[in-house]
Parts: sequence; C-alpha cells; structure tokens
Amino acid sequence: MEEKDKILDIKNLDVSFRTSAGTVHALRGVNIDLYRGETVAIVGESGSGKSVSMKAAMGLLAPNATVNDGQILFRFKNSSGEIEEADILKKDKKWIRRNINGKHMAMVFQDPMTSLDPTMPIGRQITEGIIAHLGLSKKEAWEKARDLLLEVGITDAEKRMHHYPHQLSGGMRQRVVIAIALSCDPDLLICDEPTTALDVTIQAMILDLIMKVQKTRGISVIYITHDLGVVAKVADYVNVMYAGKIVEVGNVNEIFYEPAHPYTWGLLSAMPDLSTDDVRLYTIPGSPPNLLHEMPGDAFAARNPYALAIDEKEHPPMFKITETHSAATWLLDPRAPKVEMPAELKARLERMRREAQG
Amino acid sequence: MNSSNRQPLLQVEHLKQYFKPRRDYTVKAVDDVNFEIYPGEVYGLVGESGSGKSTIGKSVIRLYTPTSGKIIFKGTDISGTLTKDARDTLRTKMMMIFQDPMASLNPRKTIGDIIGEGLDIHKQYTSRDERREKIVSILKKVGLSPEHYNRYPHQFSGGQRQRVGIARALIMNPDLIIADECISALDVSIQAQVVNLLKDIQAETGSAYLFIAHDLSMVKYFSDRIGVLHLGHMLETGTTEEIFANPVHPYTRSLISAIPLPNPGLEKRRKVVGYDYASSGIDYTVGSNHVLEGTHTVFGTDEEIARWTSKQ
Repeated sequence: MEEKDKILDIKNLDVSFRTSAGTVHALRGVNIDLYRGETVAIVGESGSGKSVSMKAAMGLLAPNATVNDGQILFRFKNSSGEIEEADILKKDKKWIRRNINGKHMAMVFQDPMTSLDPTMPIGRQITEGIIAHLGLSKKEAWEKARDLLLEVGITDAEKRMHHYPHQLSGGMRQRVVIAIALSCDPDLLICDEPTTALDVTIQAMILDLIMKVQKTRGISVIYITHDLGVVAKVADYVNVMYAGKIVEVGNVNEIFYEPAHPYTWGLLSAMPDLSTDDVRLYTIPGSPPNLLHEMPGDAFAARNPYALAIDEKEHPPMFKITETHSAATWLLDPRAPKVEMPAELKARLERMRREAQG
Repeated sequence: MNSSNRQPLLQVEHLKQYFKPRRDYTVKAVDDVNFEIYPGEVYGLVGESGSGKSTIGKSVIRLYTPTSGKIIFKGTDISGTLTKDARDTLRTKMMMIFQDPMASLNPRKTIGDIIGEGLDIHKQYTSRDERREKIVSILKKVGLSPEHYNRYPHQFSGGQRQRVGIARALIMNPDLIIADECISALDVSIQAQVVNLLKDIQAETGSAYLFIAHDLSMVKYFSDRIGVLHLGHMLETGTTEEIFANPVHPYTRSLISAIPLPNPGLEKRRKVVGYDYASSGIDYTVGSNHVLEGTHTVFGTDEEIARWTSKQ
C-alpha cells in the first residue's frame, strides 16, 4: 500500500484560558492525525474543546489563551512546490495569516450570514482572498471566482457575483462561503458545524457538495459537529471529545457499530433514530464538568454508570483495540471487570448493522 | 379524555397570515392552513425555514393578528378582537417555550420572579407564601432545586435555562404548550433530557403540545400527529405513522429522504429525493385537501393525488 501522506498532526495539545473566574483548562492533551484526502469528524458536546482545537490549528486562539504544551504539525506544498512542514504553535500570527489561513487551511463556519460581509457584493468577497494570496490580477481573480461559484452549484454565477449576501437564501450563502474557502486551493478544509443553521434538505445538498469538492480536489476535511447523522454520512474517521480530551477514536464503522467508551455509548443511545419508539430517550446522567476545576481522574467518571474505583484517581490512557480504534477508558484494561454495553444499545447496534447490510 | 366525542382543544381554520413590508409587496407567510389539536396530544409542525412554522405558532398565541381565518381555542374564537374572557383564557391556558433560553429570560430578574410573573399578572395566589410554594413545586417538577429560586439566568447552563423556560410555561397549568424549536439550541444529550421532561409533564398534566422543530427524527419520536408545511401551505397532515410510513406529497418524501441517519452503512448510500417547487409543476394555490385514510390528508389537485398515490 502506498504510504499515506499525513497533512496535519496535532500532538498532545494542551490549552488553557485565563478568565475572570479563573483558569479554564479547555484542552488537556489532544491528539489528532489527518491524512491527505481523508475526512475526520470531531464530535462532542459544547464546551468539549472541538472548536478550540481547530482554532489552535488555524492560529486563531483568543488572546487570553495559553498553550501549555503540544505541537501542531502542518504539511503543505509551499510556493516553490516543495512539501514544507510547520509547527503552527511556533509561528507568529503574521506568518500564519500570510502563509496558512485561507491559503492552505480554510474554514467554513456555522452561520453563513455572520461569516459574510453584508456590505460587500459576494464577487468581491471571493476575489479578495484570491488577489491577496495568489497574486492574480483583478480580472483573472474575477474569472476564477465565477468558476468557483459554478463549481459550488450556483448556476447564474455571473449575475450572482454582483449580489449582496442578504439577497441569497441560507443554502446559497453557505455555498458562497464554501466557494470563498476553496478560492485559494487549500489543502485542508475545516468545517465548523457547517449545516447546523440549515434545513435537512439543504443540509444534504451542502454535505454532498463538500464531499464532491473533496473528491475532485483531493483535499482533507475536518468536520466539527454534534450531529451523528452528519458524521455517519461524511466521515472516514471519528474523534469523540469529552472535557478537553479525545476519549475514543476509530474509523466510522468502529465508532458506530463497536463503540467502546461509555460516553460514546451514551451519545449513540441519546439520539433517536427513525425507528426509536421507546417510551423514554436514554440520557447521560448529570451535566458536563466545569473545566475551571482540575480533575484528577477520568472527567467522565461522575456521569459514568460503569465507573471503576481507579477512575476517581487516575486518567485512563488510550487503550488500543484495533490498528485504527482506541478508547480512553479503564474498562479496556485487562484487569478491569468485564462490562458490556447496555442491552438496549446492543440491540440497536445489532439492528443498525442488519439495516446497513440489507 | 372522553373518547366518544373528542372536542378539539385548538382548531385552526383557513388561517392566513400576511405581512406587508411595502405597499406593493405582500409576504404570504401562512396561506390557508387548517389543523386541529386534541387535548393531551402532541402535534408536530415540520418544514424548512421560511415555511411558516413559527409564524403559525405566533399567530395561534396571538402575538400576531391573523389576516383572516379562525382560531378556536377551548370553544372560544380567539382570532379577532379579544374579549376580556377570551384574553384571560388565552393568556393562562396557552403558553409558549422559546428556542433560545438565554434570549427569552430577563437577565435582571431572578428565576423565582421569572417563573412567578404569570402568577403576579393573573393574581393567582392569596399570599406571598402561596406564591413561593407554587414556584418551588414547579422548580422541583422540572428538575431544578429550590435553591435556584434567587439565582439569575446567567448562573445556569443551557439545559437548565430551558428548564426555567418550561417551568415558566407550566406554572399556569396550560392546556396547550407551544414549543417553538425549544430543543434546537441544545446539545444532543441535553435534548434527550428536555424531551423526556416534556413527555413526563404531558403524562402528568395531560397538556397538549404544538411542537415546532426542524429535527425530523425528534419530531417523529415525540409527536402523535404531524403537519408538513412548505411556503406557508399545509401540504400533508396525519398521524406520525401515516406520514412516515406512507408519505404521499413529493415534498414530504423529499423531506423524509433527507433525514440524516446515524448509521454509516445506511447513510453512505442514502439517496436524497430532490424537490424543487419551481420546476415541480405543482401549484400550491390550486387544489384541495384530500383525505386518504383515517386522518391522513394531502393537499393537491385530483389529478396530482391520483398520480402520487398510484406511484407506490
């Protein structure tokens, strides 16, 4: 097999924020790998650190953030065509702005209305980055922008270039945002809840569009989302985050059909699918921990019905299950008592597997 | 519930809600919508953004004055100018839970005062102690504790805030609760908690819900009957079973086919049925409601209905 080309390697990233209430330890050792052409999804509750880790990768952390430890290695083709590797955390903001943001790493945000400039026609918004990063002339940039609009499925592109964001529908706006993200041929596209603000029908179209672009251009995509339906559709690999740590990582089939971490069990059980007809939905008891307070053991222990005594004292390491699948739970330790996932979830996963084959 | 002669709790007949932003331009946000809600039932409204779901909710609770049509709540017409009695019934027996719990709670009031505001306005207590007692019992019912009485909204998490919103609606003992996207802003695990709470309340008090949401799997799980809206028109309505097992209108089919499934094997080969009103040749202004079976009603011309039902 051909050696896979790793484009992003986040190692042991540890970030905290100084706030008026004290220090919030938002990321507590995050590891994420991404190879060229692949799609990784990061799932977790709000406040689990999904967006912070991606903002760190883009060099967009807020001024009150401190990086305590870690590396973010990003490999890209520089202007002379060579593969260059950079540690984003060691570069200054100016360098990142000039060389990485928009050019090699681009981001699609949740709300297309707030990420577009309401006072500028969309044509100018698309060409802005092209002119700054690729050094094309205005005319060339305009033509490229028009082609981009066609690529993202806007048919009357020439006319649309003169329109302002408010003249477009939500789905159209998100297409424009994607066009802007693609405008400088990035190596990596980060989509932060790209479809949360959109309807199901439009959501499906936008996800199909991102997948199509990804295939034709061979770029890598990171999705940040809490919608497991979206994850099932787009992802090759899934990282499940909880309280600033990755608690389970695996390929999409492993996470959905053979989840190993009790938190992943909870997430999968809590979401109704179209065949759910139980009287009550499963809920994960309690609420997410306050990251203002340091936790000595497993952050999930307090909400975990399967917590062991050691969970209170020591954080579990990542236990490897297969080559691609590992989870941070003491239940996988050889000394741990054998614990099975809840019977209802087991039955449901069984049904899902059957449906997937049928 | 008397099963022999069930009187609808809410009847909406030919509801039209137009807005006129300019003299020469009218937005027909809701156009000729009919449905009814029976006591103790959950009626789900689904449709894309701009289809008029929230507008219907707001017209029903009279935050808007309907352009035309009838809204009958507990036997009283509440669509025109309200008499004092009608207003009192409406304002105490119909309540609303909003989408964004932070934006819908007054940041300068304590939780106790936010929840007690309805009691104050409608003078539903005789002493301060009784007021406090009522509020504390509601707090307990929604899973908050009496210590929260004197706290402010910003001291709560999103899920807890939504519980305060629910408590505020519940304290009046409403017969109908309009839940407008009340779980959309919450995380998956918190959504499940709030939906369970709504279910418990329904079992305990027998109140009905008008459940407005765009998450179709949640609507399917929670609703007894569903109405599908598009561009202000009610295209299809029926029991959850009827709609999901046998969607007839092309728009409903497209909507159901677009629901993301948390099952990668299935999801990766799911085909979304496209629907484009402009090119579909369907005209929402012509046609009538056709009852297929039971309560399953589809809007369209005779010819369209025949075509859609024969296709299966």
